[in-house]
Amino acid sequence: MLDAFLGWLGVVFVFIGVFFLFLGALGIFRLPDLFNRLQAGTKATTLGVVATSIGVGLIVKGWILFAAALAVFLLMTNPISSHAIARASYRVGVKLYPGTDPDKCEERGWKFPEGGEEK
Amino acid sequence: MRIHIPTAIWIIWFATVSLATVLATLRGLMGPTNSDRLVALDNWTTITTGFWVILALFFFQFVLLSVAMVYAILSFLGGLVIARYLERGL
Repeated sequence: MLDAFLGWLGVVFVFIGVFFLFLGALGIFRLPDLFNRLQAGTKATTLGVVATSIGVGLIVKGWILFAAALAVFLLMTNPISSHAIARASYRVGVKLYPGTDPDKCEERGWKFPEGGEEK
Repeated sequence: MRIHIPTAIWIIWFATVSLATVLATLRGLMGPTNSDRLVALDNWTTITTGFWVILALFFFQFVLLSVAMVYAILSFLGGLVIARYLERGL
């Protein structure tokens, strides 16, 4: 009884994760700007892969520890990578979408030494 | 495994993840700048980590979960290195 409950709970978790992986890829494909794409892709795919690994750990007996370790590792490292990409592309000088209203970096007068040209 | 998973559920999972991979690949092929390609690569590797986890469940091998862990570590390091390269050169 408990086994069946935990197993189907894991199946629901994997469904949620797969759906959010698809949503992240759709955001990557559809959104107009690099920073919009980065936000949509990173948030949605992080939730997707964490839910997928927790679900797989619930389905199989004895895998929950490693799956939770994988989930914690992805939760720690994915925002770091996203932050590095955003900082690098802002410093290189990628154009923002015109609808992005306050550009806080420009408002506060932060000057990056090697900005300007588009790579 | 605690339960027996029907075939239709496997087909839905694999089709959805494959569609996500195809969308991310298209963005990587047609992104206007190099940073767009880097964003697409980062999300592609995250999606593929989820795909490894599902494959570990499908083939029922614990080793494939370790493969997913190593894949996540290597993709994280690669993304950091490429971002640093775009920022100021190696």
